[in-house]
Amino acid sequence: MIKVENLHKHFGGFHAVDGASLEIAEGSITGLIGPNGAGKTTLFNVIAGVHAPTAGRVTLKGEDITGLPPHELFHRGVLRTFQIAHEFSSMTCRENLMMVPSGQSGEKIWNTWFARKKIAEEEEALRAKADEVLEFLTISHLADHKAGQVSGGQKKLLELGRTMMVDAKIVFLDEVGAGVNRTLLNTIGDAIIRLNKERGYTFVVIEHDMDFIGRLCDPVICMAEGKVLAEGTLDEIKANEHVIEAYLGTGLKNKQKGAA
Amino acid sequence: MEIINALVVFANFVGIPAIAYGSQLALGALGVTLVYGVLRFSNFAHGDTMAFGTMIAVLCTWWMQSVGISFGPLPTALLSLPIAIFATALLLVAIDRMVYRFYRKQKSAPVIYLIVSLGVMFIMNGLVRFIIGPGDQRFFDGQRFIISVREFKALTGLKEGLAIKTTQGLTVVTAVIVVVILFWFLNKTRTGKSMRAFSDNEDLALLSGINPERVVLVTWLIVAALATIAGVLYGLDKSFKPFVYFQLLLPLFASAIVGGLGNPVGAIAGGFVIAFSEVTVTYAWKKVLVYALPDNLEPSSLVQLLTTDYKFAVSFVILVIVLLFRPTGLFRGKAL
Ligand SMILES: Nc1ncnc2c1ncn2[C@@H]1O[C@H](COP(=O)(O)OP(=O)(O)OP(=O)(O)O)[C@@H](O)[C@H]1O
Ligand SMILES: [Mg+2]
Repeated sequence: MIKVENLHKHFGGFHAVDGASLEIAEGSITGLIGPNGAGKTTLFNVIAGVHAPTAGRVTLKGEDITGLPPHELFHRGVLRTFQIAHEFSSMTCRENLMMVPSGQSGEKIWNTWFARKKIAEEEEALRAKADEVLEFLTISHLADHKAGQVSGGQKKLLELGRTMMVDAKIVFLDEVGAGVNRTLLNTIGDAIIRLNKERGYTFVVIEHDMDFIGRLCDPVICMAEGKVLAEGTLDEIKANEHVIEAYLGTGLKNKQKGAA
Repeated sequence: MEIINALVVFANFVGIPAIAYGSQLALGALGVTLVYGVLRFSNFAHGDTMAFGTMIAVLCTWWMQSVGISFGPLPTALLSLPIAIFATALLLVAIDRMVYRFYRKQKSAPVIYLIVSLGVMFIMNGLVRFIIGPGDQRFFDGQRFIISVREFKALTGLKEGLAIKTTQGLTVVTAVIVVVILFWFLNKTRTGKSMRAFSDNEDLALLSGINPERVVLVTWLIVAALATIAGVLYGLDKSFKPFVYFQLLLPLFASAIVGGLGNPVGAIAGGFVIAFSEVTVTYAWKKVLVYALPDNLEPSSLVQLLTTDYKFAVSFVILVIVLLFRPTGLFRGKAL
């Protein structure tokens, strides 16, 4: 579905992404792992149009989307969440969610006067949808709280909620689970699986939690130093010499040996 | 009786002028604050944007006067507002396309924008003087007073009189209407919310599918309207002189910063703080005190803290105090 070819992103002399090539299959939940500073977030940023790549190509279903601005990618169904949660701090959580689906009748200024009824209906539908998502994320009680004032973990949920407001094609999740408690993490995992099964979302998930990755993702891609180190099922990745050296460490290897 | 006379003098020379001036500053500062909130730079060309809009209104007014169109007791200039706003909007959008968009693409630092806006300011400055000249232009017509000193005295039987100029009444009424519409727009319409969202968190707004160029365009249109209305009201109340509008930049920025740059409520509050301070500090209080104090305490001097020549110093001092003690302004600015 998404194909990344020989992508480079340099910050000055520093090669954050250094010739990464990968392919995300339609309908998959792909895990993206790797040590801190491997370039995972930067890769997301380049795909999502936040940074222009230094070199390389990104295609969505064969169509070149390299360097398109984020709002255009959004309209093509490419969504992402932020590792460090972003929110519209002066708006309530519900309004935050309601901001997402843009391109409605209310966008046109003259419609505010001439198509009041239609806009009111759309707003109502949007509101119902937002409430549904909040309910799903178990944060209904925060609907009218200012998003700037909710906890870090709750902001993370809001990030995920945002992707549920529209019909996305592919969603890039940057550590949605970090800072979220265990039970909720399971709920998020379930949500991801459901969105994948029922609504056909393709996911790319960055996580450092191997249990979470193991439960959701197939295949798993491991990055290090801006390059793709290995790709395969989580077990294959765990057994890969390079990955163990660069990321997982020998502790895991010994543990697996012990188990075997 | 004495104390009522004191109040009337106070209202006539301080209260009413300051409210009118405050409304004008508030509208101007709103423009400054919107540009700051959405485009993230301090627009030094704002005073001259006001001058440009007013100039178009003046020219239209003259034309209408020459062909005999009038607006009854109200100033003809009000009729020219739509044309003036339209022309200013065209100019701002053209400048955005030709100048600011380039720097947006480069993702330039705010300082660079600021210097660029300084350049735009000089160009607008020259443009206005080239078209209408640097001189003082009067374009007020219609009825001068809502209530004059003589009428007031006859009405109340007081020794002191109070006058409300048409322009003062008009300024306040217009400002209230404009502010109500602006806040309705920002808080209730989808486009307004996109603007607030963009101002609050640009990255997230982009990734939520909000088109930045559209937000910027709408912002310039609103800024054009605000600047033109503020400029025309100020010009009707005083007179139109390009240099004076350029000088307004200081009180405008002081208002916006005192209230908290990027915060519309702050801009309005700031406008009134600056206006009241300026008028109070430069007013000769003798007359009020003569009425308010017992006879033996009557002041012999004018009791004027600063002459009006120094009125801009007031904005400056307030600005310095706010920046020292509460740099984010009274309302903690940043996002709309
Ligand atoms: N805007 C930037 N300017 C300069 N360097 C950057 C920028 N963004 C990222 N980097 C650098 O690129 C490298 C990769 O960062 P990135 O955020 O992609 O890592 P990551 O794989 O997401 O790590 P983590 O698991 O800690 O989130 C880091 O060394 C970082 O310092
Ligand atoms: Mg990261």
